[in-house]
Amino acid sequence: MIRTILITILAIAVIGTGYWGYKEHQEKNAILINAENNYQRAFHDLNFHIDALEEKIGTTLAMNSRQQISPSLAEVWRLTSEAHNDVGQLPLALLPFNKTEEFLTKIGEFSYRIAIRDLEKDPLSKDEYATLGQLHKNATEIKNELRNVQATVMKENLRWMDVELALATENDPMDNTVINGLKTVDKSVEGYSEVNWGPEMTKISEFEDNKYKALSGKEITKQEAKNLAIKFLKLNKNSKVIVEENGKGSPYEAYRISVNEPKSDSNIYLEMTKKGGHPTWILEDRNVEDAKISLYQGREKAEEFLKKHAMDKMEMSTSDQYENIGIYTYVKKQDDVRIYPQTVTIKVALDNGDIIGYEGMNYLIGEKDRQITTPAISQKEAQGKLNPKLKIMETHQGIIRNDLGEEVQCYEFLATMGNETFRIFINASTGMEEKVKKLDDPNTPVNSM
Amino acid sequence: MMKSGNLFVKVCLSLILLVIPLLSAVHVENTDAFTAQVIQHGATGEDVIELQSRLQYLGFYNGKIDGVFGWGTYWALRNFQYEFGLKVDGLAGATTKLKLANASQYHEGFVKRNIQKGKKFTHYGGTPLEKQTQKGKAPAKKPTGQDGKAQPKQPKQGKNVPSGYSENDIQLMANAVYGEARGEPYVGQVAVAAVILNRIESTSFPNTISGVIFEPRAFTAVADGQIWLTPNEQAKKAVLDAINGWDPSNGCIYYFNPDTATSGWIWTRSQVTQIGKHIFAK
Repeated sequence: MIRTILITILAIAVIGTGYWGYKEHQEKNAILINAENNYQRAFHDLNFHIDALEEKIGTTLAMNSRQQISPSLAEVWRLTSEAHNDVGQLPLALLPFNKTEEFLTKIGEFSYRIAIRDLEKDPLSKDEYATLGQLHKNATEIKNELRNVQATVMKENLRWMDVELALATENDPMDNTVINGLKTVDKSVEGYSEVNWGPEMTKISEFEDNKYKALSGKEITKQEAKNLAIKFLKLNKNSKVIVEENGKGSPYEAYRISVNEPKSDSNIYLEMTKKGGHPTWILEDRNVEDAKISLYQGREKAEEFLKKHAMDKMEMSTSDQYENIGIYTYVKKQDDVRIYPQTVTIKVALDNGDIIGYEGMNYLIGEKDRQITTPAISQKEAQGKLNPKLKIMETHQGIIRNDLGEEVQCYEFLATMGNETFRIFINASTGMEEKVKKLDDPNTPVNSM
Repeated sequence: MMKSGNLFVKVCLSLILLVIPLLSAVHVENTDAFTAQVIQHGATGEDVIELQSRLQYLGFYNGKIDGVFGWGTYWALRNFQYEFGLKVDGLAGATTKLKLANASQYHEGFVKRNIQKGKKFTHYGGTPLEKQTQKGKAPAKKPTGQDGKAQPKQPKQGKNVPSGYSENDIQLMANAVYGEARGEPYVGQVAVAAVILNRIESTSFPNTISGVIFEPRAFTAVADGQIWLTPNEQAKKAVLDAINGWDPSNGCIYYFNPDTATSGWIWTRSQVTQIGKHIFAK
């Protein structure tokens, strides 16, 4: 009797577990299929967008009139951005597919630059035309390679989930057909590096190595770096200071210094260039109490700091309070002109007014002899270039880096329209509107919690 | 029962409304209305609320009274200084505050109650206060504790957010930083946040915060769900520092833990530095 009952109970338990397991399995499958479908969609979208891209570049080559070329290149730009976006959704993060992504971005930048240009005045040059032809050839190759991968994926029912697994286990991901295919694509893109993108493109990616070489002072040793740090931070003798060198990948040679200050239980980190021992940034990590001084008093502390470190020709450009911390940005001033490529950011703890952060990389590498010229157009003329609906509140002069990465001297206007404030830069020699930026007003939580 | 309850509330409200102007009338006589601080652009807090309320009372300020000294407040203050023959510097110093306090009224109770309740309201002079607040239920309910006691005051004041980012962006990044690098030194957390920002700039990664963070296989914390842990204040501070320009990674777009990294490829990247357990690479 008892036996039968036991058997029944066990049988029910077994069936129940089985059913539960089956349900779980089903659910898991549903989720996996869902994830797989997302990957598949991104992959096929990518193929579609590359197809369209190749076709669009091809048709642009055959066009002659400005009215056609501009919108066509704008379309190219849009397609590269879509394709780039598709790649971002595939589980490839650590697979070196980045040459292809980079290539896409560059096609995008190149076409955007031409699309926004006034082609009536400045038509497509011979070189640009040749570049476009080259791009078309490359795009065709990428398209064909990707089509191969796509065909294999469909023929052999390959799943992206397996790609992900293969990448995760990493024993030998080379076995995976999809990974192999994509690597071939990336390899072939590597060969495209000699594409002539034109002078504007190189200017932006120009590296700042020579700027580092231009830093003042001589090379310092680890010990000197330590002493400099102690002096700079006014540390007491019992602080533990560790100095390390930056790795090979760093864009410039520098020491990384970490300090443990026992008295205030804070950790201070800073980086100092090997050449000349200039601090590039400082960050102090300590518990900041409730604010006892105002943002304005914090500003006085920040300015004291600047003065002490011989950066006295600076003007405050922004100040923001984040509860008990004040963050101030200063921009260099030369002959009453603001030099925007050279800024310094300072972080002040509003409990006791200590400087707990400094960021001066731009300032350091942006240093050079600049000629401030008398503007070719007057302030009145520059004002005339503004949208008449704007109400001008403040006027300054400033040097900024424009979209092409060149430094240009501008009139700077702070103006309002309705409740919005804008910062507008008008080129002081050509009258061109170089930059318009809407200045954000603080963002009030709509519905916190 | 319900009706009499309503009536009671109404009577109370009207009593309060009657009393407030009296109270604040006394308040105005008091010349040290503000605290002693000089209020400048970017400041937050009670003094800013008072400044905005008083400027609005006189019709200079038309924006929202939220306690954040933004551009709207700045222009309003400058206009006030201009009209009242003061030095136009956009700083609320002693003289400016005194002039402002004497020229305007500040219904502190009314303003704070409305901010607390998250109601839309204005504070113009010459219009009865009850007409300047949103009727009906406030959109955001005030949280009350289990035992009926009000929870610690969480005034719904505005916050400063670095230009170009929303509070939600910062929250999302803080989630990622906390999921990826809690337990790391502070500077390592700033570096992780900086890597996210560097990826947005980089040509070989998506161009948005969410695109970078949710890129499949990019962050382990996203893959295993740790990104949905509630981040602490430190993670948020690290994100703010990174957005404000600190980059302890010197422009890196990768980082990995050498003990757990499964990909051999990551070792081929050129390394910049190691912070805590993470190696940062280009």
